[in-house]
Amino acid sequence: MSASITTTAERGAVREGGRPSSGGEPVLEIRDLSVDYGYGDDPTHVLRKVSLTLNRGEVLGLAGESGCGKSTLAYAATRLLAPPGLITSGEVWLTGRDGTRADLLRLSDRELRSTRWQDIAIVFQGAMSSLNPVYRIGRQIVDGILAHRPGLSRSAAAERAAELLELVGIPADRLRSYPHQLSGGMRQRVMIAMALALEPQVLIMDEPTTALDVVMQRQILEQVMELRDRLGFSVVLITHDVSLLVEVADRIAIMYAGEIVEQADAGDVYRRPRHPYAHGLLGSFPPLHGPRRELSGIPGSPPDLSRLPQGCPFAPRCPHATDVCREARPVLGTTRSAEHGRLVSCHLHDPELRDVLPAELAR
Amino acid sequence: MKFLARRLAFYALTAWAAITMNFFVPRLLPGDPVTALIGRMQGRIDSNAEHSLRVLFGLDENTSMWEQYVQYWGLLLKGDLGLSFTHFPTPVAQIVTQSLPWTVGLVGVATIIAFVVGTLIGTAIGWRRGTWADSLLPVSTFFSAVPYFWLGLITITVFAVNLRWFPSNGSYDRGLLPGLTWEFVSSVGYYGFLPALTVVLSSVAGWILGMRNMMVTVSSEDYVTVAHAKGLPSRQVVLGYAARNAVLPQVSSFALSLGFVVGGTLIMEMVFSYQGIGYTLYQAVSTHDYPLMQGCFLVITLSVLVANMVADFVYVALDPRTRQES
Repeated sequence: MSASITTTAERGAVREGGRPSSGGEPVLEIRDLSVDYGYGDDPTHVLRKVSLTLNRGEVLGLAGESGCGKSTLAYAATRLLAPPGLITSGEVWLTGRDGTRADLLRLSDRELRSTRWQDIAIVFQGAMSSLNPVYRIGRQIVDGILAHRPGLSRSAAAERAAELLELVGIPADRLRSYPHQLSGGMRQRVMIAMALALEPQVLIMDEPTTALDVVMQRQILEQVMELRDRLGFSVVLITHDVSLLVEVADRIAIMYAGEIVEQADAGDVYRRPRHPYAHGLLGSFPPLHGPRRELSGIPGSPPDLSRLPQGCPFAPRCPHATDVCREARPVLGTTRSAEHGRLVSCHLHDPELRDVLPAELAR
Repeated sequence: MKFLARRLAFYALTAWAAITMNFFVPRLLPGDPVTALIGRMQGRIDSNAEHSLRVLFGLDENTSMWEQYVQYWGLLLKGDLGLSFTHFPTPVAQIVTQSLPWTVGLVGVATIIAFVVGTLIGTAIGWRRGTWADSLLPVSTFFSAVPYFWLGLITITVFAVNLRWFPSNGSYDRGLLPGLTWEFVSSVGYYGFLPALTVVLSSVAGWILGMRNMMVTVSSEDYVTVAHAKGLPSRQVVLGYAARNAVLPQVSSFALSLGFVVGGTLIMEMVFSYQGIGYTLYQAVSTHDYPLMQGCFLVITLSVLVANMVADFVYVALDPRTRQES
């Protein structure tokens, strides 16, 4: 499942990627997903052959700076991408509860509709705007339930909705409230309750706490993690807050310019980053524990996806870049010491190209 | 309920202001009604009758403005709007009540049709934007861009004069007795078809464009994406989530256009010689018939107010965010 891009195919072959394993069977497998924005002759390639696996029961964190394609990945994988976004290639395999596997991108509209919410539920970025302003929240939870359980009576669905609200700590009489009568934090809880209505296998959360204050962020995420322990769903958590991910995620994938550049267990990414970008990203946050250190940040600014350099997209900002970085695009493969469950997309890890790894990436 | 009461009070106040203005404005105009009437009748009224006319108009006594105002209200509440000059001595109230139903019936129905059809088409185009349906837009905009009287005249030329499918003027077959018979009602429909068609054609583009644009805006709202993600049937997403929110601004414009039904149909009724309130107003203006003008203005003002009030309440029913709780 390693990505290969024609210009660097020969190099990619050197480090044929192994699958990162953290136990469990895969529940959602994204393979070589590519997305373009724009239909013209010169579309912007926003995702380029992204592969990502979510295992059953795990929390997978997806991090990266704004505009790197995190949300696009979530929308594309669930086929919610709005025009002018266009999926140009890839597969998204979902393993059902009974073990059957289906490619979401090739389902008929009807099959897709029945999969949605039932297997994959999403909590979106805008807590404030995710609820229909003209319907009571009870009705909005109920219509999702009834769309998938046509036999269920309205009152039974309403009971379920009340249960769900209690689950996220909102009194059930709030079912009769309109969205504008709730605070931002409550609305996001309602969204989470709504997402859990059909006990989905996968919960995708796209920056679920962006618009909320820090205390509320923590409360909500803790609640989700607690619910996950109880109900056993898998989570894809998209955020630019790496320190948050380090705490709650089992595995972290770091994206840069529409590609995944590093993927590893959360603790490994935090303590021993292997990609210069991941290292820079971690250097941009104050550490949660341990001695104080200088925040370094990453020089330069995020790349323009419509004018990416020929080689590694991070090369212009990378302190270790060499000629080969500027000419050939690296692919996701094992690290230099072939660590278990780790993938990185960087020429520094190719022994044929570089003799030694910079010390900061070799800890 | 408290909200409704507050709105009602507001509209009562507005109505009072409008009626008061309607009382004062003609009194600020130069000239006096008796001389005007005698002038209009061009010698058919004996100048000796001047005094009796003054008595008739209540101008013989030297009443103060305030007394006149109180009297005006008293007469108004009895439904007395005075006597028309042109149709002397027919009461204005009678002329207005005769012409109003024609306008409300014809233009009201046409406006509702234009709103419903336009909103539905707009919903479809907005939802499936970028398809062939988009080409409906310039076609419909063309009809609203051409001057209305021209559209009316062309329609008469083509369908009434050349093809002889429809009558060119009037509101029903004069050989029939008005009444609730099938013959009469179908005749009204037949005579009203061309004027209604032109009203619909000229106004439907606005509804289509408004709804389409709102649909495009609303379709990219997060809650519509959420509705998709919930796996709701497309029909439910389009109607329950996208169109349900997109229609809100349409409802406000609809209310305003209902208000203009009574006042804004002047040209249509002139072109088609349709005996509605617009035609009456046109006659009143061109013959300096002040009492009739005043009556028409009053009816127009009140109908705008009533339409706004209805729209206000409908909007509150449709959008929970406008319900103030105190």
